[in-house]
Amino acid sequence: MLHTVNKSPFQKNTFESCIKHAAKGSAVLLIEDGVYAALKDSAVSAKVQQAMGDITFYALEPDVNARGLKGKVMDGINLVDYAGFVDLTVKFDRVQSWL
Amino acid sequence: MKFTIQINEGPYTHQASDTAYNFATAALAAGHEIYRVFFYHDGVNNATRLSTPPQDDRNVINRWSDLAAKHNLDLVVCVAAAQRRGIADADEAKRNGKNADNIAPGFRISGLGQLIEGGIQSDRLVVFGD
Repeated sequence: MLHTVNKSPFQKNTFESCIKHAAKGSAVLLIEDGVYAALKDSAVSAKVQQAMGDITFYALEPDVNARGLKGKVMDGINLVDYAGFVDLTVKFDRVQSWL
Repeated sequence: MKFTIQINEGPYTHQASDTAYNFATAALAAGHEIYRVFFYHDGVNNATRLSTPPQDDRNVINRWSDLAAKHNLDLVVCVAAAQRRGIADADEAKRNGKNADNIAPGFRISGLGQLIEGGIQSDRLVVFGD
């Protein structure tokens, strides 16, 4: 399953709920303000790194760049464009939007 | 692959409609089919033709209308959500005794069954909201 998270982990707890519920082998795509979860050396980055063993993380690059976070994304998070977003929804059979 | 897209938020306040639009154009560019775009809750506010943003800003409503015209998309607005928020086509305006309608070109008003049917007929349902 592909999960999308569109809120900052410092604003809402959807990101945390998402990684607690996401099954092994699933993917999490950070979009809109959700990309703040991709920052390195943040208050949630350890949680993200811990989850990386079971979950593959992606962040929507246009949203990363729009917020000036280019170069501040932690290692192990894959950046995708909108075409990559579409490809992820094709690759995984369901999409769960955490709103 | 067939997609149905659900949009739960209006234009300009949230990014949802922008993200959904960019997703839809990327899906169409990759050769996928958009079976339906369903506007629900505050998402119905994407369907008013009376929206007049400044000329140097994107026009979220016209963008959907233009995309629908270009790719023959089915843009469906939830009737109950639309009535609450003052989005009406000619039939709805007449039925509810209003003196004007405001639905933008390419949109149509229908029921929640259209969302369910879209989910059944499509390979993927992708939801955008707040």
